[in-house]
Amino acid sequence: MDYTLFVIQLLNGLQLGILLFLVASGLTLVFGILDFVNLAHGSVYMLGAFICASLTFALGNFVYALLISLPIVAVIGYGFERLIARPLYERDHLDHVLGTFGAILVIDTLAHMIWGPAGIAIPLPAALDGQTQLAPDIIVPTFRLAIITAGLIAAAGLYWLVNHTRTGMLIRAGASNRTMVTALGVDIQALFSFVFAIGAALAGLAGMLIAPITEASLGMGNNIIITAFVVIIVGGIGSMKGAFLAALLIGMIDTLGRAFLDDIFKLFMSSSAAENSAPAISSMSIYLIMASILFFRPQGLFPPKLR
Amino acid sequence: MTALLTVSQLNKSYGGVRATDDLNLEVMTGELHAVIGPNGAGKTTLISQLSGNVFPDSGTISFDGIDITHMVEHARPHLGIARTYQITSLINSMSVIENLQLAIQAKQGHSFKFWKPYADNKDVRTAAHEYAARVDLGSRAEMQVANLSHGEQRRLEVAMALASDARLLLLDEPLAGLGPEEASDMISLLETLKGQQTIVLIEHDMDAVFTLADRISVMVYGHIIATGDPYHIRQNQDVQHAYLGED
Amino acid sequence: MQKKVFVQGLILAAVLIVPLLLNYMGHPFYLDLATRLCILAIAAVGLNLILGYGGMISFGHAAYLGLGAYAVGIPAHHWLYGGMDAIATTNGFVQFGLALLVSGIFALLTGLVCLKVKGVYFIMITMAFAQMVYYLFISIAEYGGDDGLVIDTRSEFPLVNFDDATQLFTICAVSLFFVMWLVWRISKSQFGMVLAGIKGNEQRMIAMGYNTFAYKLAAYVISGMICGFSGALLGNFTTFISPEMIDWARSGELMFMVILGGVATTFGPLLGAITFIILEEVLSTITIYWHLPFGLLLIGVVMFVKGGLSALIPKAGDKE
Repeated sequence: MDYTLFVIQLLNGLQLGILLFLVASGLTLVFGILDFVNLAHGSVYMLGAFICASLTFALGNFVYALLISLPIVAVIGYGFERLIARPLYERDHLDHVLGTFGAILVIDTLAHMIWGPAGIAIPLPAALDGQTQLAPDIIVPTFRLAIITAGLIAAAGLYWLVNHTRTGMLIRAGASNRTMVTALGVDIQALFSFVFAIGAALAGLAGMLIAPITEASLGMGNNIIITAFVVIIVGGIGSMKGAFLAALLIGMIDTLGRAFLDDIFKLFMSSSAAENSAPAISSMSIYLIMASILFFRPQGLFPPKLR
Repeated sequence: MTALLTVSQLNKSYGGVRATDDLNLEVMTGELHAVIGPNGAGKTTLISQLSGNVFPDSGTISFDGIDITHMVEHARPHLGIARTYQITSLINSMSVIENLQLAIQAKQGHSFKFWKPYADNKDVRTAAHEYAARVDLGSRAEMQVANLSHGEQRRLEVAMALASDARLLLLDEPLAGLGPEEASDMISLLETLKGQQTIVLIEHDMDAVFTLADRISVMVYGHIIATGDPYHIRQNQDVQHAYLGED
Repeated sequence: MQKKVFVQGLILAAVLIVPLLLNYMGHPFYLDLATRLCILAIAAVGLNLILGYGGMISFGHAAYLGLGAYAVGIPAHHWLYGGMDAIATTNGFVQFGLALLVSGIFALLTGLVCLKVKGVYFIMITMAFAQMVYYLFISIAEYGGDDGLVIDTRSEFPLVNFDDATQLFTICAVSLFFVMWLVWRISKSQFGMVLAGIKGNEQRMIAMGYNTFAYKLAAYVISGMICGFSGALLGNFTTFISPEMIDWARSGELMFMVILGGVATTFGPLLGAITFIILEEVLSTITIYWHLPFGLLLIGVVMFVKGGLSALIPKAGDKE
């Protein structure tokens, strides 16, 4: 197996892991604090991609478009919380699931009506469009490095927000004891809306970052949401640290599995058998990992501390 | 008399709190053994470990000579251990009779019977009615549990444990939340059980405890500080301290 | 009671006779629609066993439809194009047997994992397992991958001909009635009572001495097999199988049918399926964007039916 390819795939895995974290962090934040299951979280990821695409064409620059799209998706998240989520908080999870499933149908159809059925490719500015040489024989697309950097900055920002600010303290307190936070005189509703907006911005950011590589397309949100579920299940629902580590783990396994599983299989089976079975196994790998982790640790790898 | 239940050196901690601290307890066959203690002494945690809902960190529990410390919860009723809950825990969507039927059937082998309508199971139904009558719920037999009064639910709680035909009953505050009249009904019910079955009774109502118990263990901070008959417990200095404070 | 039985009989008669009548009068379209209705209703009945009677909210039951359909399609594919001689056949008994077997085994294996957890975890994990099957079939190029698999030949049974639309419909309708009766019997059995008890208060059932995990697993497997059977019929009906059948939106639609129709009832899934098919048909003739009003309707029902859709769930002990 060749070294250059391995490093590049490792970076790809890291990139996928970070994008997954951006989506999963919002999910796990909302679930941990509001006990709310939001299937439509993936739709925000998709909206981020589409909005950023339109703005890129309008403004002629991807970076500006991204910076403007971020507050837009945050507002969408805020509106979603007010309109859809808030009336459902007191209901059980089945209602959350059905209500947000309905919301997905609505959002996806609206996106279909606005942007049409075909995907939209986003052109990158010249500065991001080239290749970067990391080491003598390792050349990677600059934009992938940009994704990783932007994702890590967002993750660090989230970490800072949650662990080192007053709002973050309230968020953490709200997760463990909602009544107490209300008793302290904090406007819990505003806090919830804020959490939703942050989650939406992060998911939207992930969509914007991936869109120049994959295009903005209609089904993209619904594919990533389930992978994000796998991430938070493996990490332990409600745990930010768990989500981060699980996202990297899942991103790596998925990427490396797709890239190298056939080579590994060829070590002990015929080459045609390996080529036939490797794609099937690697497509299932993250789910198999999830199943085996859950079998031994039903609460996930890093369950949040008991309430 | 032989011990039906022997608990030795039992420990269970939650975080830094030792809910069960080096606890020893022996319950003789046929006795009604009350466990009393101030709030937070760890009485419910003890019951949960005996019934298998919670596993101890260390120590052993043996029932009728069998080590059940690590036995799964659903296996213990088959040995003859049944419990009731301090906070009523019934199947609210079902009728009184259906609840009792489930309790009776739990002991009759497996329930992987997919075909025969359960309503046809006359023997179980008859037995269920008998248990309902025994706790004075005969007239409520077909009523949904959710619609019963609190006192009636508490009685059904006990009847469920009886219906499982256990040798050891673990009763977790059967008098909880009952008015004076309902409480005295419950006490009479428990009196009829006395001598029939071995009972571990957790209760806050001291009148009831001193009326009913053959022996009493006093639990403070997860530890049994005294065991004895009601007379001796009443006289015990440590117990008075625990309940009344230093003065 | 008499009146209720009469209404129920009327519904069943209508499901069977109206499509045949319309077909006879020269509207074969309705026969197709009704065939699809019956097949989806079978799956909804299967899902209802765990969702309604058992309180296990599975968001991944479309996987069993897919497995059942591929269990028909793959043997047929090999029978036509060679390879895998062991399963290459058009024999309906083998194909349907395979569908039941595969869906049963899949339910058993995934059940061992997902029944260890509750609530939201259960919802998400059933979803994830369905997605696993979805990606599995996408990745197998031999069976068409993304594009799906065309079955050029339907299951062959003695006496009946699946190529005849009328016969296929009749088989589907009769199968539906049979499965409804089966689940009704199960729900009234001792097993059904235990299942209802677990839904009502699992902790108490454990304390009484029930190994609730085993009972839930059994229900989960039966439910999966019913959906697998439905999938085998679906493969025969569409003669085109694709991973799209396993898309999680399909699982969501199944849930919608069960819940809208009324969980833990014998006729609920059928009524839900009828409502769904009519909605889909009517809305999609009005606009290609029919998911928009459908989604709004779904949100509206969840929000404004008092206490949410779950409030429509009759308690386990309620007799129909």
